[in-house]
Amino acid sequence: MSVRTKLNGRVLTAYLEGEIDHHSAKIMRETIDREINAASPQMLVLDFKDVSFMDSSGIGLVMGRYKELKKCDGEMHIVNTAANITKVMKLAGLERLAKIGR
Amino acid sequence: MKSLNNFTMTVGSNSVNESFVRVAVAAFVSSLDPTVDEICDIKTAVSEAVTNCIVHAYKDTIGKIFVSCDILENRVISVKIRDRGCGIENIKKAMEPLFTTGGSERAGLGFAVMESFMDSVTVRSKPAKGTTVILKKKLSYRAGNNG
Ligand SMILES: Nc1ncnc2c1ncn2[C@@H]1O[C@H](COP(=O)(O)OP(=O)(O)O)[C@@H](O)[C@H]1O
Ligand SMILES: [Mg+2]
Repeated sequence: MSVRTKLNGRVLTAYLEGEIDHHSAKIMRETIDREINAASPQMLVLDFKDVSFMDSSGIGLVMGRYKELKKCDGEMHIVNTAANITKVMKLAGLERLAKIGR
Repeated sequence: MKSLNNFTMTVGSNSVNESFVRVAVAAFVSSLDPTVDEICDIKTAVSEAVTNCIVHAYKDTIGKIFVSCDILENRVISVKIRDRGCGIENIKKAMEPLFTTGGSERAGLGFAVMESFMDSVTVRSKPAKGTTVILKKKLSYRAGNNG
């Protein structure tokens, strides 16, 4: 599990990879927060294409990054979530914080 | 209900074991040929219960997590996850969505996930003694399997 990031203008994209649980969320959180603090992006895109599993620790990860982003008035988009991951996000009502789509 | 098959294991509350336990349970119940959705639901719920032992029950220590998984009659699976950690003062309150004592990175949705992904969630707990969570789910019947 890991995360790669790419900055394009003021859009920061984080490509999450592997399984997101409490164990793996820590390193993902640290990486993304470092990039948010460095770039103050207008938009953070969380790309879940290569995420095969997520529990509620992933919800904590997304909500925590949302709060970080709000400090610099950024917006969040969540893309490429598999059905099992969309299910956990829906339960948490994440669609109220971020656009979830392709 | 009679148990047709069982496995039991004890793991340390090291966070790396979150994935180990959910994968072990998924592998064990795979003999019933569950759907992909059912396997995902079970893995997610088990992950929540194990994470709670690690994050809450044994907050500042490493303790033992006891896992017992039964295949019961009529394609019902039961997973028991027990710790000897700090226990829960008020179970009803702990199970409310968004309630957490875990700080800003916890969503407070672990029990909500367990309840929505499994058929039943039973919690027994005693402060300073520990907590037992029992998760049950009845798997669907599919062409080619009859339990
Ligand atoms: N095994 C446990 N031992 C002690 N406390 C627990 C345990 N499981 C849950 N709790 C308590 O219940 C609360 C809610 O748990 P949960 O719904 O999983 O949310 P979260 O883990 O995000 O806090 C926890 O914050 C904790 O106070
Ligand atoms: Mg939890």
